Amino acid sequence: MDSERSKHYPLYRRQVVARLLRDRGDMLVVAGLGASAWDITAAGDDPLNFPLWGAMGGAVPMGLGLALSQPGRRVLVVTGDGEMLMGLGSLATVALQSPANLGIVVLDNEHYGETGMQSTHTAGNADLAAMAIAAGFPVCDTVWDDAGLEAALPLIRNGKAPVFLNIKIRAETPPLVLPPKQGVVLKNRFRLALLGAEE
Amino acid sequence: MTQTDIATWSGEIYQKLLRHRVRQVAYVPDAGHLHLIERCIESREMVSVPLTTEEEGVALLAGAWLGGDRGVLLMQSSGVGNCLNMLSLPRVCEMPLVMLVTMRGECGEFNPWQIPMGRNTEKLLTTAGVLTFPVDESGRLEEVVDSAMRKAFEGPSAVAVLISQRILGVKNFGK
Repeated sequence: MDSERSKHYPLYRRQVVARLLRDRGDMLVVAGLGASAWDITAAGDDPLNFPLWGAMGGAVPMGLGLALSQPGRRVLVVTGDGEMLMGLGSLATVALQSPANLGIVVLDNEHYGETGMQSTHTAGNADLAAMAIAAGFPVCDTVWDDAGLEAALPLIRNGKAPVFLNIKIRAETPPLVLPPKQGVVLKNRFRLALLGAEE
Repeated sequence: MTQTDIATWSGEIYQKLLRHRVRQVAYVPDAGHLHLIERCIESREMVSVPLTTEEEGVALLAGAWLGGDRGVLLMQSSGVGNCLNMLSLPRVCEMPLVMLVTMRGECGEFNPWQIPMGRNTEKLLTTAGVLTFPVDESGRLEEVVDSAMRKAFEGPSAVAVLISQRILGVKNFGK
């Protein structure tokens, strides 16, 4: 376990997420609980964002259900290493369905950010991109720097198969930018923006 | 209960799923759901999603609902415990969730390891805010599944139909 190394990674989470969501078009975005949810909100709150406040381990399967229901839309899951580690089996579930419109981005700072910055397993030898490959993802990569991020963007926007990117980011605690907390509000605004008024 | 009987009520449930416009069917297999799972896999109206653990299904169907799809989650009672924290998602967001749960650990259970979850399935679901619909006669299954789905999708609510071992027959490992 090396709890120090991620303090020197060059990519900053807020800049990465702003880059991912710039020119997002009509992309649907699910964020795992904690810092990832604050990151997508800092990039610009949007009715087509679904930031989770709980349900740890559920971001990827939630993105899968959404992607299967909306095959014509891009779906992006943005989550953290701790949240991803709790739902690793869901990578095999996604790979089996293989929705072409789903991208998964893990913001991997090798720490649990909401609970006191304890190290996660990725500060040791756990390699999330290798796990995604082993689960059956056809397109996987680990991104370490700006050049890698720029190269990966077209896969997120226009990939023809489910994409898994583990982005190594600096361990830091940017200011909180909180989305609405009420689940009913988040659900209603998302469905209204995507599906229109209920019949 | 013979395999023919199970195929009959599985077919009836399948028709109800179609009637309620269910599109995503998530499951961790159970012998009691064998026929229903086969029908759903063959269906052109449905997408079948095998899970590695039941809680994935709770999150999957929340995502499906956000995108406008209705779904059901098929599992056995031992999987209910795996779902507990994830059940906060449909509860807090007031989304529909339909669980069809085949029971283990009831009268005649051969495997003592099934008893702790089986005996507490309904209590745990109720505690988690899920409305339960226990059924122990195959003749009532179709009607109960229909009213549970109505409750879920019109509520919206989280519901679980608990299908008794009396309907499924008891697994005895050939003993």
